[in-house]
Amino acid sequence: MRSVTETIVGFARTVRAAGVGADPERVQTMVRALDHLDVLDPSDVYWAGRLTLCSDPADLPRYDRCFAAYFSGQTARTVRRPPPVTVTRTLALPAAPREDGEDGERADPRTATSSAAEVLRHRDVARLGAAERAEVNRLIALLEAGAERRRSRRLAPAPSGRLDPHRTVREVLRHGGEVSRLRHRAHRTRPRRVVLLVDVSGSMAPYADALLRFAHAAVRSGGRTTEAFSAGTRLTRLTRELRHRDPDTAMAAVSQAIPDWSGGTRLGEELKEFLDRFGQRGLARGAIVVIASDGWERGDASLLGAQMARLRRLAHRVVWANPHKARPGYQPLTAGMTAALPHVDHFVAGHSLAALEELAQILKAGDARA
Amino acid sequence: MTQNAANRASDIGSPQELARLLDSCGYLTDDGLATAAYLALRMRRPLFLEGEAGVGKTALAKSLAQVLDTPLIRLQCYEGLDAAQALYDWDFPRQLLHLRTAEAAGVTDVARLESELYDRRFLIARPLLRALETSTAQRPSVLLVDEVDRADDEFEAFLLEVLSDFTISIPELGTVRAAEPPVVVLTSNRTREVHDALKRRCLYHWLEHPSYEREVAIIRRRLPQADRRLAGQVARAAQRLRAEDLLKPPGVAESLDWTEALVALGARDLDPATAAVTLGAVLKYREDQQRVTARGLDALLNGG
Repeated sequence: MRSVTETIVGFARTVRAAGVGADPERVQTMVRALDHLDVLDPSDVYWAGRLTLCSDPADLPRYDRCFAAYFSGQTARTVRRPPPVTVTRTLALPAAPREDGEDGERADPRTATSSAAEVLRHRDVARLGAAERAEVNRLIALLEAGAERRRSRRLAPAPSGRLDPHRTVREVLRHGGEVSRLRHRAHRTRPRRVVLLVDVSGSMAPYADALLRFAHAAVRSGGRTTEAFSAGTRLTRLTRELRHRDPDTAMAAVSQAIPDWSGGTRLGEELKEFLDRFGQRGLARGAIVVIASDGWERGDASLLGAQMARLRRLAHRVVWANPHKARPGYQPLTAGMTAALPHVDHFVAGHSLAALEELAQILKAGDARA
Repeated sequence: MTQNAANRASDIGSPQELARLLDSCGYLTDDGLATAAYLALRMRRPLFLEGEAGVGKTALAKSLAQVLDTPLIRLQCYEGLDAAQALYDWDFPRQLLHLRTAEAAGVTDVARLESELYDRRFLIARPLLRALETSTAQRPSVLLVDEVDRADDEFEAFLLEVLSDFTISIPELGTVRAAEPPVVVLTSNRTREVHDALKRRCLYHWLEHPSYEREVAIIRRRLPQADRRLAGQVARAAQRLRAEDLLKPPGVAESLDWTEALVALGARDLDPATAAVTLGAVLKYREDQQRVTARGLDALLNGG
């Protein structure tokens, strides 16, 4: 018979393989917790593990599955790990005829004179070749997509502002009771929270990769105050996956995490779920919320309208990025777009590198327009 | 709670016993929460509680303090919370006064005066320091760090320092060490992801809404004046409201408020008429009230 510790370590390995962050320190804690409980009581073992190994509500179902499998005598390999997904996504073939394709690049006298990078900046990301795409991805990763700053409640020493009694009196004490100079303090500023919701449904497939890479750049430059989600038929929080510094590693993690690539859209329901689970509790409060979607709503558009109104009341600013906006003659006529637009502060395209730069500018520029 | 006064943390021998003691203070637990609280007590590891608003996160800390017969030390978090409000602060006016008095008395020993100025009596203990100072082996104090997600991440950094070795170093005075680590309960509403390093120091528990039977029992325990019938009706309606698509589904706190309102009105039964006038106790959004009223209070109370 195996020792308790061995059993626990084996169990923890199973749990970890299922995606719960059960690191060695946590495993140690579980072993110590069992010192205080009955090792032979399944309920005690269950709770000792759940309390020490898990750290997020999302961990709980996985933990339950592993517990049932491991202690019912099955081998550890019952855990389903999602198959690795290739990061590069197959692009929808350009719908338009090849009039500006193939030879256009080198033959066009105008493009020959301007720098290649400048041309690339304005190219629609859905129509790039593999090499151009790699270059654009590299440039997106370099984007500075931090948010505007807001006034924090935290006070910090400042050359002027309101009086800082603590530091002033401390100074006075140091000088034997003589008031030599007054100290001041002022509110600090912090980056405003940015929340990105990226539509990964079928109609957005050519743009989802670039937009998620933009989300990665935003998470990287915005730090802990930036959050990203994918929406399609299911809402998925991607912030943790996007924390990887390397864009390709982050994108690999993201593509594993998203269960509904290129499915349908139920944007209204997704937005409602986002607001119910995260937004109203505080994630959207005072934040800049960016929704990247073409607004092709399969469900009832009135739900989307109502949820957008709710979002508008919570958020500081609402930005909508629709890659199709860049097409000549585009009119926001889809039911989803018409329902959403009255509640949007900025309506942008986000279809090319230049458009993403513009989006980054909007995040940073503060109330330039509103 | 005089019958609990004799409870020593070390005397509580099992989760079941702790559950019984919490029960006698009017807090009903289930296996998971009892085990969590028991381990927090025995291992002296902070307990990190998450769950919907109103499921009894804060109430657990209060009841734990009652069971251990110690005062509850509460730190409500908010953005901008800093060391001077959470750890300690020097009482500058009194220090100045002391200085002036010393001057008037013609004290010339500067070194002594300086050490006097930074004496413990001029130090104001804020919740975290107070929890460390008052905690003894006989009577550990209970520290509640409420809604830690509301504080900013700077605060998490020094909370982490305090919770990992239960010491606070004060440059002018030295290190304050807890004779016995306090029992710490942290709550979060998940408006923000709390740093993993902090969670790793803690036991993690996710609190669910209680089942129908347990909710009836909780209402009956907290409001003995409400009879079984009324408690059952309120709990049933609350469970239905939670399944409904609402902006803010009611927690146990709301069902208690609701029952209390009904009892105050002398209602013996929850019928559509009494429900209509007391709906504000359980639903706090106009949209939610409209939605439920539109669907019919009758449907809410009698199913369908």
